Amino acid sequence: MTEIRNYTMNFGPQHPAAHGVLRLVLEMDGEVIQRVDPHIGLLHRATEKLAESKPYNQSIGYMDRLDYVSMMCNEHAYVRAIERLLRVEVPIRAQYIRTMFDELTRILNHLLWLGAHALDVGAMTVFLYCFREREDLMDCYEAASGARLHATYYRPGGVYRDLPNQMPKYEPSKWHSQADVDRMNEARQGSLLDFVWDFTNRFPACVDEYETLLTDNRIWKQRTVGIGVVSDERALQLGFTGPMLRGSGVEWDLRKKQPYAAYDQMDFDIPVGKNGDSYDRYLVRIEEMRQSNKIIRQCVNWLREHEGPVVSENHKVTPPGRGDMKGDMESLIHHFKLFTEGYCITAGETYAAVEAPKGEFGVYMISDGANKPYRVKIRAPGFAHLSALDEMSRGHMLADLVAIIGTQDIVFGEIDR
Amino acid sequence: MASSEVLLAQAEKQFGESLLETQTLFNELTLIIERASVLAVCQELRDNPVFGFEQLIDLCGVDYSDYGRTEADSNPPEQRYAVVYHLLSIKNNHRIRLRVFLDNDEPLVASVMQVWRVADWFEREAFDLFGILFEGHPDLRRILTDYGFIGHPFRKDFPLSGHVEMRYDPDKGRVVYQPVSIEPRTLVPKVIREEPR
Repeated sequence: MTEIRNYTMNFGPQHPAAHGVLRLVLEMDGEVIQRVDPHIGLLHRATEKLAESKPYNQSIGYMDRLDYVSMMCNEHAYVRAIERLLRVEVPIRAQYIRTMFDELTRILNHLLWLGAHALDVGAMTVFLYCFREREDLMDCYEAASGARLHATYYRPGGVYRDLPNQMPKYEPSKWHSQADVDRMNEARQGSLLDFVWDFTNRFPACVDEYETLLTDNRIWKQRTVGIGVVSDERALQLGFTGPMLRGSGVEWDLRKKQPYAAYDQMDFDIPVGKNGDSYDRYLVRIEEMRQSNKIIRQCVNWLREHEGPVVSENHKVTPPGRGDMKGDMESLIHHFKLFTEGYCITAGETYAAVEAPKGEFGVYMISDGANKPYRVKIRAPGFAHLSALDEMSRGHMLADLVAIIGTQDIVFGEIDR
Repeated sequence: MASSEVLLAQAEKQFGESLLETQTLFNELTLIIERASVLAVCQELRDNPVFGFEQLIDLCGVDYSDYGRTEADSNPPEQRYAVVYHLLSIKNNHRIRLRVFLDNDEPLVASVMQVWRVADWFEREAFDLFGILFEGHPDLRRILTDYGFIGHPFRKDFPLSGHVEMRYDPDKGRVVYQPVSIEPRTLVPKVIREEPR
């Protein structure tokens, strides 16, 4: 009789299904996984250490680069920690703008997740459809902040600037005739809010479109139903948050339970799964996109009716207006101090968390009274999720591992930090 | 959310001597506990329904050696390392923070992996970045830094630019490590103002 032994296999770090730079050392029994040992840290940039070496405001941009598909949610956690330590009040309009952009970000993230997950499992078309809608959302980012991805839009005390009254428009080129451009610019005639409103009108039909491709698709169900099952008890033990936890049937959402920004004013539901498998997590995220759409519409309605400041008037923390600096000595000094030394925060510590699209994204910040944070710890949801990969994929086939990585919504920017 | 006073009263009743100090800031309760009793306290916090902390949200190391100082000092405090735990109770909707200070020459604390499975990677991270040892952890390897990395980069005495850099050596035909060629510099000096605002 021949001796049968397990063998060790290397997966990644350069692999299209590894969602970045994930290296897995797999112990296989034939095609069945016995053990998974993820090697992470290939994208480690020591964001937390870098943040300790700079004034508070200069690290906002680093937060975008953590989970680089849900940029503004990361900024939100960071600025919330600073605001709490500083005891700065954020104007109500800024709170609504943040709520709106958090939800746009959630859709942005879930679209990338859905496209990539479906692509991993073998459905090509969904990816293309998802990126069509992502393009519009990134245009919203661009109109508000000037950058399509790394926005640095949230600032301690509010947001960088108010929403623009016009959208950037396409221009005719070799590839797009005047007629094409006119059609593409149709929704862009009004303000950003009009464009977002138009998007929310179109978007539910788009979600239906994705669902026709996947929800009742036989292949999709074969690849996701009963794959990576996690019970509610285990999900808590494994530190799951966000859709991963809700997929296992635990009704927990920081937006409802510990509301921040303007979420206490919003009317929305929390979708919860039943079986805790990949398919349930898919359904949860699809429904979250619909709920986000609903929240965005409420925000747009409010923002249309209410004018007001979008950033705190406390010029120790936020820059004074350009015009003021020309004539007012104190404004000039404030500006100079803010951009050279920054501001000092009274010694203390806080943990601020937001419901990021992937789960609870938290920033633990210790201040020792200086102009730089003493310690910043970023609690990334993906880190806890990936650590459960071993438990989730034991006994599954190698091909299911790809589906499990997909369902975890892994992004290495936040895991490796 | 339950107020921190209720939690504080409960904690004081439950933990007695292992509770060294408590702090409440921004309605967030921090318990500073004795090193030897970490495991017992965590077990109690999870299993006692009054607390009900079924989730460990975060675990991280902190190096307090430069705390409140603008320049590096050769005399670090007696207990420079700490491990900070953030717990969340979904049932009771409240949070708590635990802090344990560790000795300088042997920063050792019991692993809480048997209480919360998720502590596995968080403890590996704290070991990797701070050199904190977790007793009872089955697989305390480095996690974020490179294979063969030397030192614990998040300690305050570790320079931001690191000690070694990597490049491709065309003569040897492979990647080599060499001492860093960049000078460490401070762009914005650290200042501490008594009256910040």
